[in-house]
Amino acid sequence: MKELICITCPRGCHLQVDDNLNVTGNMCPRGAMYAKAELTHPVRMVTSSVNVISEIESRLPVKTKEPIPKELIFKVMEEIKKVSVKAPIEIGDIVIKDVLGTGVDIVATKNISR
Amino acid sequence: MFDVIVVGAGIVGSLIARKLSSYQLSVAVIEKEPDVGNVVTMANSAIVHSGYDPVPGTLKAKLNVLGNKMMDKVCEELDVEMERIGSLTVALYDSQLPLLEELAKRSKENGVEVKILSAEETLKLEPHINENVKGSLLAPSAGIINPFTFAVHAMENAVDNGVKLFLSEKVVSIKKEGEVFSIITESGNFYQSKVIINAAGIYSDEIHKMVEPIDYTLTPRKGEYFILDHYSDDLVKHTIFPLPSEKGKGILVTPSIGGTYLIGPSAEAMPSKDDVSTDKPTLDEIRRQALDMVPSIPFNQVIRTFAGSRPTPSTHDFIIGFAKKDNHFINLSGIESPGLVSSPAIAEYVVNEYLSKIINLKANPSYNPYVKKRPAFSKMSVKERQEFIKKNPDYGQIICNCEKVSLGEILFEMNTSVPPKTIKAIKKRTRAGFGKCQGGFCQPLVLKLISEKFGIPLNKVLFQKEGSFVVPYKLEGGKK
Amino acid sequence: MIKRKLVIIGGGSAGMAAAIKAYELGEKDILIIEKNAYLGGILNQCIHNGFGLHEFKEELTGPEFMSRFSDKVKELGIDYRLESNVLSISGNKVVTYTNKEEGLVEVQAEAVILTAGCYERNAGAIQIPGDRPSGVYTAGQAQLYVNCYGYLVGKRVFILGSGDIGLIMARRMTLEGAKVLGVAELMPYSAGLNRNIVQCLKDYDIPLYLSHTVKQVIGDSHLEKVVIAKVDEKMQFIPGTEMEFDCDCLLLSVGLLPNVDLFNKLPLHFSKTRGAKVTQAMESEIPGIFSAGNVLHVHDLVDYVVEEAREAAEGAVAYLRGELKREGHVYDVNPGVGINYVVPQKLYIDDVKESCSFKFRVTKPMKDINIVISEGENVIKKIFKPAIVPSEMEIVRLKKELFKKEGSEIKVFVEERK
Repeated sequence: MKELICITCPRGCHLQVDDNLNVTGNMCPRGAMYAKAELTHPVRMVTSSVNVISEIESRLPVKTKEPIPKELIFKVMEEIKKVSVKAPIEIGDIVIKDVLGTGVDIVATKNISR
Repeated sequence: MFDVIVVGAGIVGSLIARKLSSYQLSVAVIEKEPDVGNVVTMANSAIVHSGYDPVPGTLKAKLNVLGNKMMDKVCEELDVEMERIGSLTVALYDSQLPLLEELAKRSKENGVEVKILSAEETLKLEPHINENVKGSLLAPSAGIINPFTFAVHAMENAVDNGVKLFLSEKVVSIKKEGEVFSIITESGNFYQSKVIINAAGIYSDEIHKMVEPIDYTLTPRKGEYFILDHYSDDLVKHTIFPLPSEKGKGILVTPSIGGTYLIGPSAEAMPSKDDVSTDKPTLDEIRRQALDMVPSIPFNQVIRTFAGSRPTPSTHDFIIGFAKKDNHFINLSGIESPGLVSSPAIAEYVVNEYLSKIINLKANPSYNPYVKKRPAFSKMSVKERQEFIKKNPDYGQIICNCEKVSLGEILFEMNTSVPPKTIKAIKKRTRAGFGKCQGGFCQPLVLKLISEKFGIPLNKVLFQKEGSFVVPYKLEGGKK
Repeated sequence: MIKRKLVIIGGGSAGMAAAIKAYELGEKDILIIEKNAYLGGILNQCIHNGFGLHEFKEELTGPEFMSRFSDKVKELGIDYRLESNVLSISGNKVVTYTNKEEGLVEVQAEAVILTAGCYERNAGAIQIPGDRPSGVYTAGQAQLYVNCYGYLVGKRVFILGSGDIGLIMARRMTLEGAKVLGVAELMPYSAGLNRNIVQCLKDYDIPLYLSHTVKQVIGDSHLEKVVIAKVDEKMQFIPGTEMEFDCDCLLLSVGLLPNVDLFNKLPLHFSKTRGAKVTQAMESEIPGIFSAGNVLHVHDLVDYVVEEAREAAEGAVAYLRGELKREGHVYDVNPGVGINYVVPQKLYIDDVKESCSFKFRVTKPMKDINIVISEGENVIKKIFKPAIVPSEMEIVRLKKELFKKEGSEIKVFVEERK
C-alpha cells in the first residue's frame, strides 16, 4: 500500500494506492489518474523563462503544454536555456516544438508586444 | 603630493576635510569603505546631545556644547535634517532623584540649560512614559539628526571645494622620509603629504601605531538597536534617556528623522572591531529596559534591528593632539559619543589648536560653505509640488513606495560629487529601502538605476561592501 | 480637481476584477491607479501554474491568468494609470496620486476600493540575529530577479519558511542550477500546499526541517553561513540542535502583510489580519471606502481574491446607487474557539441581497471537526470537515434567509465531534 499526495490541484488529497493500482482518497477522477501515472511513469509540468529580445521585457515565461516525463525535467531545462526569442510574442506561441521528442511543445505564457 | 591627507571619511573626517577646503591647501581623504560614513557614523543613535552628561572640564564636555551650538548653522549650510526635539532623562525610582540634581549641577558647569521636571510635568509632556516616573531632566537643546546625509553632504561640500576623495582605499603602512609622509594602501596605491590627520574611527589606534607606539587602548563597544516603523506620531516626542551609568548614556527611546523610532543601544565590549552582529539575549535586554521607561512600545512594529561599534578610549575622553614623535601627524582617537554632535566643533578645534600651529593657513577665496540644496518636497504645498513636478517630471515618479522617494531625488544624488553607487549608498542618501518593506519592492528598481547611470552590469552592482553583489549570476540565453 | 465615481487603488488581480465587475454592473466612470508599468500585480512574476482552477476551470500560469483580466480591462476601455503611486486617501475620498506625465493629481472619488496587495515580511521584521550581509532576500525578490530580470541570486541556497512562495522558489532555483540545501519551518507543520511539498521539495530531494528556524546569519560582506536550530513548543531554541549550512543565499518566506499604509491616517480600525475591518460588502468603517484581496487578508488562491474583489465592486456600486444603507439589524462577526480570524467583522443583514460569505482560517491543523456558525445562541450552520489546516482559507456562503435577526453576534467556531 503506497501513500501519495495528489498534485493535480491545490486540494492535495491524500491518496492510498494498493498493489493492483486501486486508488482511494481522491475527491475527483483526476486523482486516480494521477496516482496510477505517478507509480508507473510519473510526469510533471515544467515552467521556466527564456531570454527575449524586446524593448520592454528581459525574460519570457514559458511552460510545457502538457506534463512531460519526470526524469526529463533537467534535460528539458537544458533545451529551454538554449533558446532566445524575439518580440512580438503571444500566449500560446510555440517556443520549442516537440521538446526532446516527447510530443510536448514549450509555449509562451505571456504577451510581449515589442 | 598633498598638503594634508585625512585618513577616514566618517563624520569627523568629512567635517575636517570640509574645514580644510576653506583654506588654500591641497587635501586628500583616504577611506577604506566604498562610501562616506559607512562604519561608526552609520550605526549610532543619531542624537544631537545637549551636553549635560560629559564630565565638566573634559574635551567631550567642551566640544559637545560647542558642537551643539554650531548645529543650526552647519545643518543649514549642508542641507541636513536636524530637529531640536529636546531630551528627557527620567528617574524611575525615588533613589534616582538626587542623580537628577547632580546632572543639573553638571549641566550648569558645562553651560547647558536644563530644567528638572516633576513626575506630573513629565507625564504631561510625555504621557507614554512609565506612570511610576518620579521626575526628569529636560534638556531643550538636544535634538535628532540624519547622520548619513550629515557625513555625505559634508564630504560633498569638501569635494565641491577642491578636496580629493579616494574610496575603497585601506591604509596599510605609513612611512616618513624627511618632511614627507608616504601612505601605501592595500590596493597598492601610493599617496604623499606633509601632514596627516588621523580620523579613522574605530581603527584610529591602528593608524596611529603606524607612526609611533601608543599609550592608550580603544575598546570596541557594540550597541544594538531596534527600529520601529512610523505607524503613528504618538509614542514619544522627545528623546527619552534613562539615568546614565558607568556603561554610558543607556538605552534610549527616541523619534528618528524620517518619523521612525529608534530604541537602543546596548553597550558591550567586544573582542573584535568588526563585530556588528545582533544577538537575541542583548536585544531582549534592550527590549526589557526600554519597556521599563515606555511600557507601551509596540515591538510588533519593528522593521529592523542593527548594531554599530564605537571606539571607547581608555582615557575616558576624546584623544585629540599631535603625535608625540611628530607634530605633523594629528591624531583623533576614541571619538565615541558625543562624537556626532561634537564633530563640527572637533573640526574647528583641530584646525585652530593644531593645524594652524604647523602650517600657515590662507583663506580660500572661492570657498562656498553651501552644498547643493535638495528640493524640500515634504515642506511644499500641493500646488507648489504640482508646479515643481511640471518642471521636473522625474520627481513625479515614485521609486520607493514605503518612504515615497521619487526618481528625481535618486537621480539628483547620482549627479553629486560623492555619488551613491551601491544599494546602501542610495538608501543612506534618500531613505529608499528604509521603510517597512526594507527594499522588498524598490531594491530591484534601484539596482537598475545604478546599473544604467554608472554603466555597471547588473550582476556587478554592490549591495554595500566589496563582493556584495546583489544578483551575481546572469541566466544563460541562447541563440535562435 | 478631477472627479471620478470609482477609484481603484492597485491594478493587480483584485483591482482588475473589481473594475470589470463594476463596469459590468453599469458603473463605467472608473479609474485604476497602478504603481507598476503594467497591470497584473504580483502575478506577473508568478510564472508557475496553479492559478484559475475555480475561475476558468483550467490550470494557468500567473501571467496567463493576469492577461485574461488585463485584456478584458483594455477591451472594455476602463481608464487606468500606470507607474502611478497614490500618496494619500483623505476621509472624504480625495485620492492624491503622482506620476511623471501628470505630476501630482488630486481626484475626488465617490467610492474608493483599496486593492493594494501585500508586502513580504523581511529579515528586519523577524529580527534574525547575526550579521547583515548581502545575500539575504525575500522569496518574492528572488522570484522577480529570476523570472523577470533573468538573474540568479545565489548558487547555494537555504530557505526559511515553508510557505508556498518559499517552496516554489526552492524548485525554481534548483531548475536554474542552484543547490537548495534545505527549507526550515518554525512550526511543526508546513505552511504551504501539500502539492508543493511534493513537486517542489520531494521531487528534488530537498530536506524540510520542521520546528526549526534560523539562529544566526554569518557573513562579512556577503552571506557565508546560516545556522539553524530546533525550537520547542514555547518557540525557544533547544540547545545542541544547531546545524550549520555553507550558503551564499538565504531566502525568506515568512509571511505576507497587507499594504494598508494608505489607511493608517484614516480613523479606521484594523483586524487581526492587519487589514481594515469591513462589512459584508467589503466596506470599511468609512462609508464609500472599500477594501479587497490581499490588502484585506492574505489569500492562498487568486481565484478567491477575484471573488472577493467582485463582492467589493458590488458593494461599491450599491453604495454609489444609495442601496448600501447600513441600517436595520447589525451583527458583530467574531472568531470563536479554534478560529484565527473571520472576514467580514460586521454584517448588515438588511443590505444583503441573496447571500453573504464568511472567510476564516483555523488556528492549527485539525481533523474530524465541525465548523459551526451561530447567531446568538442558535446554530445556523454546521459543516463537517475531515481535515482542515491554517494555510487554507475557508469560505462559507450563507443565504440571507438563514439569519433570524436575533442576537447581535455571529460566531464562527470549531466543535470537536464527540
